[in-house]
Amino acid sequence: MMALLVARDLRQAWQSAGLWLPVAFLLLVASLYPFAVGPDAALLRRSGGGMLWIAALLASLLPVDRLIAPDRDAGVLDQIALRGVGEETLMLARLIAHWLGFGPALMIATLPASALLKLDGATVWMLELGLLIGTPALAALGLLVASLTAGLRSSGALAGLLALPLAVPLLIFGAGTLGDGSGAALKFLGAASLLLVAITPFAAGAAIRAGRE
Amino acid sequence: MSGVALRLSGIACARGGRLLFRGVDLALEQGESALLRGPNGIGKSSLMRICAGLLRPIAGTIERRGRIALADERLALDLEEPLAQALGFWARLDGADGHALDGALEAMALGPLVGIPVRMLSTGQRKRAALARVIASGAELWLLDEPGNGLDDASLELLGAAVAAHLARGGIVLAASHQPLPMKSPVVIDLAAYVAEEAA
Repeated sequence: MMALLVARDLRQAWQSAGLWLPVAFLLLVASLYPFAVGPDAALLRRSGGGMLWIAALLASLLPVDRLIAPDRDAGVLDQIALRGVGEETLMLARLIAHWLGFGPALMIATLPASALLKLDGATVWMLELGLLIGTPALAALGLLVASLTAGLRSSGALAGLLALPLAVPLLIFGAGTLGDGSGAALKFLGAASLLLVAITPFAAGAAIRAGRE
Repeated sequence: MSGVALRLSGIACARGGRLLFRGVDLALEQGESALLRGPNGIGKSSLMRICAGLLRPIAGTIERRGRIALADERLALDLEEPLAQALGFWARLDGADGHALDGALEAMALGPLVGIPVRMLSTGQRKRAALARVIASGAELWLLDEPGNGLDDASLELLGAAVAAHLARGGIVLAASHQPLPMKSPVVIDLAAYVAEEAA
């Protein structure tokens, strides 16, 4: 049943071309950044990693408005609930599908983006590791705000406003891993990620239920 | 389908801080049906959602024995997918086999449309698709909210035949409908009789 729900969500994301959007966004930012700050390789190398973290965070917010609201309006969430599937289970499936949809793609897109910003091998490695730990949290955050704002007017803008403050710890620890040799930032990133991933199915499920009233 | 039942007692419903109705009692055993009547906005759909367990009543208790299938005004089918695939998702989620879905598609005369994306279907065809999902689900309790809306005469007959067959198998049907459905002596609930009077 879980596999069925995940497969359906992924198929939906693929059909709405939502899978390409974060990748295109990340590559666009990475290719524009050198134009803005100049082609100084040392500067790019120093600031490029953090820039990519910002790009990854914003890219993860792009598909937020179609994560919950369309299915809620079409009655899909109600029909699934009728079949005895708990909202928490549904949200967990959706979280997995959402991460599969943009996490790996973002990590692959980071490779050419790193080349554009002249990042060295160690930084790229650390960036990929950080994204592997951080993107599930970004997916969880996106899903959480999507479920909270579904059904509201101009929910997309509101979702952004809600998500960005909550994403600050991820950004600090994520970008912090790049200049940190001790591994502490990585552990904090892991902790923040675990927390968000663990509470999201329950919080989002409660939001869906409350939204029915 | 033994032990199938839908029992409501003393159900009251409030929406947006306004009491819609109260004191609704209903007891349906296998093979029985009920018809919900009342003017627009009186709370027929809300009562349907309460029966489905999607909405909590502010008072009263509900007892459901059997699985529930709901067909309301929302299609809940993926618009870009061919009809067979869109319905297939729900059939798999229901644990129904392929024969159940084929039978349901045939019962609603949707056979020729299975390869067409849902977004290309007309209003009546979409309604039939939603009804086919109810039929394929194998659920014992059918909740049909305006099932006849948008259906032509031939499709109404198909709907009637499906409802009659479900009742004959011992299922339960609760319908809110302006069109006549071939239900033998349904319990008629006129929601207007349960409207809460404003405190004088």
